[in-house]
Amino acid sequence: MAVMFEYRAAHSAAEAVSLLREHGTDAKIIAGGQSLMPLINLGLAQPSLLIDINSAAELDFITRRNGSLAIGALTRHHTVERSGEVRQYIPLLAEALPLIGDPQVRNRGTIGGSLAHADPVGEIPTVASCLGAIMVVQGPNGKREIPASEFFVTYLTTALDAEELLTEVIFPILPANTGVCFKELVRRQGDFAIVAAAAAVQLGADGACTAARLALAGVMPTPLNADAAASMLVGQKPTAQIIEQAAQAACVGIDPESDVIASADYRRAMAPVFARRALTEAFERAARA
Amino acid sequence: MIERATTRLHVETQINGENTDYLCGPEQSLLEVLRDVLGLTGTKEGCNDGNCGACSVLMGSRLVNACLVLGAEAEGQEIRTIEGLAGPDGLHPLQQAFLETAALQCGICTPGFLIAAEALLDRESEPSEERIRFWLAGNLCRCTGYDKIVRAVQLAAERLRQAGQLREMEVPT
Repeated sequence: MAVMFEYRAAHSAAEAVSLLREHGTDAKIIAGGQSLMPLINLGLAQPSLLIDINSAAELDFITRRNGSLAIGALTRHHTVERSGEVRQYIPLLAEALPLIGDPQVRNRGTIGGSLAHADPVGEIPTVASCLGAIMVVQGPNGKREIPASEFFVTYLTTALDAEELLTEVIFPILPANTGVCFKELVRRQGDFAIVAAAAAVQLGADGACTAARLALAGVMPTPLNADAAASMLVGQKPTAQIIEQAAQAACVGIDPESDVIASADYRRAMAPVFARRALTEAFERAARA
Repeated sequence: MIERATTRLHVETQINGENTDYLCGPEQSLLEVLRDVLGLTGTKEGCNDGNCGACSVLMGSRLVNACLVLGAEAEGQEIRTIEGLAGPDGLHPLQQAFLETAALQCGICTPGFLIAAEALLDRESEPSEERIRFWLAGNLCRCTGYDKIVRAVQLAAERLRQAGQLREMEVPT
């Protein structure tokens, strides 16, 4: 049984925000629809109004700006996946993208949709958390910036107000000698990750670690930024032993859930394994960089 | 307060090269529109939540699941469905190859696979087996085990390349 709702096309961010303001929490934004449409088809989401931003072309862009790469919220996964700038400047994002869904999903799904949907095992939220990306949101009173650490609140919940629209995400461009790695545990390519880990590390001329970032997914209600644990690597030569210690430290206090795909115990056991693998490969790549 | 819709939306689009307009409810997916409004039942409904790819169609040059696109979102778009695949001279080389290599059994996934494979061959004339499997990852088949589908796409790709070479030879230099 189909759910009934109104449909309005918004041709700009301002128009979408004004519709949100008019209709408040009854309204939902639809962009790629790859998460919302299944919920609607299954009768799990019952919005009164869908605001379609697919014709807001101003939200579809990839631009380099002041040491960052800004990506418009409406940019399709496929476009990001094929972008030379993304491969060159945000290689961690480039590595994670082909793991999202399947070609049909990536052709239609948007980067802003993945972030605003805030699935705790989403690849893009995990990359955003690892790199400390900044979400730019537009509301009735103008724009504001929300760092990833504050943007993801809990399961499928962000710091976006009901009248706000996510317009872009800004990824910091890390130095060229950074080694990155994205690893996820799935039963089949394209599935939701059971756990995932994203790492970005740098090595000094003496082979010691000068910077390390780490994020985990599938272990908490939001992507887990584990930079505090990763920072114990700084100043050290990245031996297998110290990487293992950092991976274990990153997983102290994690509280995964059980679901039809995997038990909480399995996730708890796999999280440090994938943290270790992501860090190890990131260091190998940094050494070659 | 929003009044629950009884209004229908007027959508102008192009389907398989023909200008088409239709009325649809705001809640109707493109899949429902194709099948129930326009009678184009070649596009199949499998899961209706974006997992199986049975409803694959081309929107512009992009392969999408029609169940995850609203009918209203097709406004101004060019849609290509399985009904637009065969030409006036008969089956498309992909369809012929699927027949010859028995790349189907029950057939419900076949239109989706054909459209997805067509989208691949539109871009790449000589895809590797790995590339074909990666590209077709969004389409599920519970009968064939996929091998015959991959062989069919390889066979069609080979024939399309040969036909392309023949056409080039015909052009006077």
